[in-house]
Amino acid sequence: MDGAGLRLNMNVLDYGILALYFVTVLGVGFAARRAIRTSVDFFLSGRSLPAWVTGLAFVSANLGALEIIGMAANGAQYGIMTVHYYWIGAVPAMIFLGIVMMPFYYGSRVRSVPEYLRLRFNRPTHLLNAISFAVAQVLIAGVNLYALALIMQALLGWPLWLAIVIGAAIVLAYITVGGLTGAIYNEVLQFFVIIAGLVPITVIGLVKVGGWAGLMDSVRDSKLGEAGLHAWEGTGSTANPLGAHWLGIVFGLGFVLSFGYWTTNFAEVQRALSAKNMSAARRTPIIAAYPKLVIPVVTVVPGLIALVTVKGLGAESGDLVYNNAIPLLMRDLLPNGVLGIAVTGLVASFMAGMAANVSGFNTVFTYDIWQAYVRKERSDDYYIRIGRIATVAGVVVGIGTAFIAAGFSNIMNYIQALFSLFNAPLFATFIIGMFWRRMSALAGFWSLLAGTLAALATYLLYKAGVVHFNSDLEESFWGAGIAFVTVAVVAAVVTPLTRPKRAEELQGLVYGMGGIDLKGDVLAGDQVWWRSPVLLGAIALVLAVLFYIPVF
Amino acid sequence: MDQHSERANDPQVVETENERKRSAAARLFDIRRVIGGLFVVYGVIVGLVGLFDSAAEIDKAQGVRINLWAGLAMLAFGLFMLAWQWLRPVVPPTTEEAREV
Repeated sequence: MDGAGLRLNMNVLDYGILALYFVTVLGVGFAARRAIRTSVDFFLSGRSLPAWVTGLAFVSANLGALEIIGMAANGAQYGIMTVHYYWIGAVPAMIFLGIVMMPFYYGSRVRSVPEYLRLRFNRPTHLLNAISFAVAQVLIAGVNLYALALIMQALLGWPLWLAIVIGAAIVLAYITVGGLTGAIYNEVLQFFVIIAGLVPITVIGLVKVGGWAGLMDSVRDSKLGEAGLHAWEGTGSTANPLGAHWLGIVFGLGFVLSFGYWTTNFAEVQRALSAKNMSAARRTPIIAAYPKLVIPVVTVVPGLIALVTVKGLGAESGDLVYNNAIPLLMRDLLPNGVLGIAVTGLVASFMAGMAANVSGFNTVFTYDIWQAYVRKERSDDYYIRIGRIATVAGVVVGIGTAFIAAGFSNIMNYIQALFSLFNAPLFATFIIGMFWRRMSALAGFWSLLAGTLAALATYLLYKAGVVHFNSDLEESFWGAGIAFVTVAVVAAVVTPLTRPKRAEELQGLVYGMGGIDLKGDVLAGDQVWWRSPVLLGAIALVLAVLFYIPVF
Repeated sequence: MDQHSERANDPQVVETENERKRSAAARLFDIRRVIGGLFVVYGVIVGLVGLFDSAAEIDKAQGVRINLWAGLAMLAFGLFMLAWQWLRPVVPPTTEEAREV
């Protein structure tokens, strides 16, 4: 496959639009530099950002191109059922993070998610999580980078190495110089550029297929058939496009996988920790839930459009694989001008995704590995320097690991596999530790370790063919579920045999131990009713339910 | 934020919290200006292209003058961002007095 069939007809103007974007993101990074004096300024934006900025960065950090391309691919392959990844697989967990968990994260002033484990449990638990998180972030950054290079090669004819170097160098520059603010500010910008790039594809695509009604008719006649138009109908068995039972969707995707990803993934939570006060921190994931509710319109819908307009989509290899749904529509539908915007949007989404991984990595590496275990009690400036070096090192390692992704057909499944290994056991450990004060420090360590090993074992047995699942997706549901149960069982067995933590050590970290002040740092204006996290969260949940009605 | 540092009894967390007195976060620029500026420029460029689109380009986009519409939409959004930051400028976020305790 040389990808020549996907080549876009980019002209000078389109390249100008892309170049202007590159200049702007670099400018934002350099302009953010003057607001960095302390390590909290560098790693957590000085905990000073307003909720709408951190909220959009929160959603953008997840809106990597893997997500967009992968979800459009899923839309073409599985149909409307893909919305489960948004409405049940993301929104409830985001609301839960904001309302229930954020008071512990933000209120305890921890600087990262692993640091919470250090205070709640002990240093071995912390080190285990810090290292696994750091490794996962570099791997995922590498995956992002590789995907960027592949798509740039196919669309623009750039050699792989050139796309890798340019993509990596720009992200590297704006994070090294501008710190988390550089990343977050650019994520907000990238959010809008991504949307501006995707909306024209959706609009023209819908015009082409005769609007929503025309799309539904065409999907009925496609290989997906009627099943491609329903999210829940047909989930009484696994005889549906996704091959998933509703129990698997609700508990596997909706609970274990999604809560694992959204509530403990520091690359996400970091955005909320940079908010200016408790109210803004709690609203961060909740504000993010609103765009998340409607993003399927510009990912899943184009996937369906590609399915019915691109002949032969869904090939095993070559240009017509599902992952090319969006690039193919760009080629077929967009004239120069919006084409430049769409390519820029795609590049922006790669950068948003990768920047989230890199900024999460440099913080955990500096605070949780270097400061905690290697060089303690140095000056604050010293740790900013380490953070900058870690950024460079992380990106370089990311480039090296980019090629791990090459062996997998559907990139999304690979990412999911990584998540089920690290996130599900982590979430189980967190949620039990937050609500069961007796859970001992040693129980924290052993349950996290056992849970991770259980997920790893399930994955390896599946890959080796010893255990059978219908799909990679089903494996990730089950792997996550098994990890969750393992954590709970190990915690229940080990805790009674080991010493509890003292009550004062758990203040502000565990439910019912006091020490959480939801109003202490309230700013003028935060008290208005429409800024209430609980109300905003409830509305988002109601919307998620309502959105399901027309596609039930 | 002082009421928090009493609770955070971990030395590393406390030390970082103390360093925050030196924070330069108040010097941060307003991102709305950058987003507004970029989208105004994109809107003008793409909108102008849209004005002069040939029949072939309009045909490719299924008869929609997509460049013109997308350009206008981006221009409107860019102006909205600029107007928003003009009308509601940020209050510097760091000083203790700004907090209503």
